[in-house]
Amino acid sequence: MQKEMAYSFPDEVLKHVFTFIQSDEDRNAVSLVCKSWYEIERWCRRKVFIGNCYAVSPRMVIRRFPEVRSIELKGKPHFADFNLVPDGWGGYVLQWIAEMAGAYPWLGEIRLKRMVVTDESLELIAKSFKNFKVLVLFSCEGFSTDGLAAIAASCKNLRELDLRESEVDDLSGHWLAHFPETCTSLVSLNISCLGSDEVSFSALERLVDRCPNLRSLQLNRGVTLDKIANILRRAPQLVDFGTGNYAAELQPDVFSNLAGAFSSCKELKSLSGFWDVVPAYLPALYSICPRLTSLNLSYATIQSPDLIKLVSHCPRLQRLLVLDYVEDSGLEELASSCKDLQELRVFPSDPFGAEPNVSLTEQGLVAVSLGCPKLQSVLYFCRRMSNAALVTIAQNCPNLTCFRLCIIEPKTADYLTLEPLDAGFGAIVEHCKDLRRLSLSGLLTDHVFEYIGTYGKKLEMLSVAFAGDSDLGLHHVLSGCESLRKLEIRDCPFGDKALLANAAKLETMRSLWMSSCAVSFGACKLLGQKMPKLNVEVIDETEPPDSRPESYPVDKLYIYRSVAGPRFDMPPFVWSMDEAVKILH
Amino acid sequence: MVFEKDLNLDATELRLGLPGSSEESLRISNKRALPDMNDDSGVAVAKKCDQETAPPTKAQVVGWPPIRSYRKNSLQTKKTEAETGGMYVKVSMDGAPYLRKIDLKVYKGYPELFKALEDMFKFKVGKYSEREGYNGSEFVPTYEDKDGDWMLVGDVPWEMFINACKRLRIVRGSEARGLGCVV
Repeated sequence: MQKEMAYSFPDEVLKHVFTFIQSDEDRNAVSLVCKSWYEIERWCRRKVFIGNCYAVSPRMVIRRFPEVRSIELKGKPHFADFNLVPDGWGGYVLQWIAEMAGAYPWLGEIRLKRMVVTDESLELIAKSFKNFKVLVLFSCEGFSTDGLAAIAASCKNLRELDLRESEVDDLSGHWLAHFPETCTSLVSLNISCLGSDEVSFSALERLVDRCPNLRSLQLNRGVTLDKIANILRRAPQLVDFGTGNYAAELQPDVFSNLAGAFSSCKELKSLSGFWDVVPAYLPALYSICPRLTSLNLSYATIQSPDLIKLVSHCPRLQRLLVLDYVEDSGLEELASSCKDLQELRVFPSDPFGAEPNVSLTEQGLVAVSLGCPKLQSVLYFCRRMSNAALVTIAQNCPNLTCFRLCIIEPKTADYLTLEPLDAGFGAIVEHCKDLRRLSLSGLLTDHVFEYIGTYGKKLEMLSVAFAGDSDLGLHHVLSGCESLRKLEIRDCPFGDKALLANAAKLETMRSLWMSSCAVSFGACKLLGQKMPKLNVEVIDETEPPDSRPESYPVDKLYIYRSVAGPRFDMPPFVWSMDEAVKILH
Repeated sequence: MVFEKDLNLDATELRLGLPGSSEESLRISNKRALPDMNDDSGVAVAKKCDQETAPPTKAQVVGWPPIRSYRKNSLQTKKTEAETGGMYVKVSMDGAPYLRKIDLKVYKGYPELFKALEDMFKFKVGKYSEREGYNGSEFVPTYEDKDGDWMLVGDVPWEMFINACKRLRIVRGSEARGLGCVV
């Protein structure tokens, strides 16, 4: 410890002040002020977020932050969601759990996204952390209901168990019964990803009964409509509820029971689930609709007229997820009823059909942009778009922070002018000065990237597919987008030049993904050689990249910054370009 | 708006080729020959990614449109059994650090399945006989059926097998003795 200077605060005071500093950015800034602040800060940091589990090793984290209580880790690249990352790529959490088990006995919260979590990992969590409270497994895989049983049985003060969008191996529905009778602490339970056979409903009912603080409950598809009323009557304090199936033969007593149960939930603000909806049961929701701020109907195959009726009862709606059955007419109704709307996601009901099956076009999105001034986040799948529409949307919604447009057919031009959609997306980046996330689609030339590089100063994540003409496009993005953290590209004619010319930029980003582009094996090797702080990984499932000429393009490329050096858990189809790693095949 | 038509590579330190050489002898084309994404044979087929060519036929492009598989699956269960997608099961092998997934519907019978497993995991299945199981191999294919029991692959008719099989595991012959196999 440094000698105390007359004008400096005692460490205890500083430590107390630092506890009010919660954000990672601020904490990082604090740690850079001077050595003693670095020391004090690292001993009192309780929460660590690691956006790429391979950017740092568990040992390094533990060494710097010895008193962590909450950790968040992300594994696979985003494109893994669309099957572009082969099985076995990596993202295993076991090593992290094993090391933290020894170092962080008081670890209370683990949040994982796109990681491989085995039953062994879950059993280790259950065994090692006496104060375990929160487990969130978002889009994870590799575990079964056996692992969940271990968590349920051992974690005496479990508050949150959230398995959203994870893939769970169905072994037995009885894992829920492993929650001891003494467990009354649950606040949040999301089992929506489980298959029909995986949940013992009576165990669930008893659990809900004894957890008075339960605020958020998402059931799985196997729970039938008639059971909803039972659950809701046991948990009228729910704020966030996900139904299972919402289909049954219309029976007046079932309907009135359901409607009554919903109306007793005075705090309910958010609804989801709604697999297999029978529209006649939707009016059972009307009593709570005026309070609803979030509605996820993205599995509900209900048609526009029923959607319109429902949405017109929800004036406070801030977030809507829906299938394209909503059509332009439904979105026009949304625009006139829901002035508080902040987030809209429209998913395709028939993504692989050659012809449109619904009347959903760019008009729907334009209507929402006009009617909903607070719109911030958009995910929209459609089949046609025009520059004019995009310009209108941009001008109507300058507060957009996230704009993801997916025109289903790659390289679709402006349907009115047959031109590329460069100007339209250009307007989006120009007008939406706070835009942090952008996904492109349609016919696009290098010009769109010029706009993005010029105006996208706050852009943090960019997704590109089937776009651009040359390396200039990539160069514009890498040289212009100052805040860029994640860049993912597929099927674009981007090659070596832009990548090599902007190599230093890659160290300022979390990661870069390029698949089916034109980057040569030689360039990958060069990058790996020259940039020791980058892990350059080539993925090829067909044959080793060095069995072909160096000028041959690699199939998939994933580059990420790391202070941990190359990883050693790579499967045979992933090659590290790090010189220190010998290629043994 | 003025923008550079060409990247000035000399101004950067990175270049292709050995340090000291002034001109790279490799020519990298910006227009890349795309391997066929639906090609199973592993041979890259050159296709021009040129904007003037006709748009691809309705063969599905991997990962496009960008929809999560659980979403696709939940839409698909509305269709009849016959129309649903493949029967994917996980395959593990003792000693291998990672699992694979295969679609059982793709194979017409046991010989094709074994060939695929042999290619995937680089081992030999050995000769099957009803009495002795798999002879002459260090590794034996087993599967977990709907009752949770581990069975030797090959005893029941193929159709029955693919409907019962939940996952595959290739075990070392020495551990498979209880399943009637002789090593």
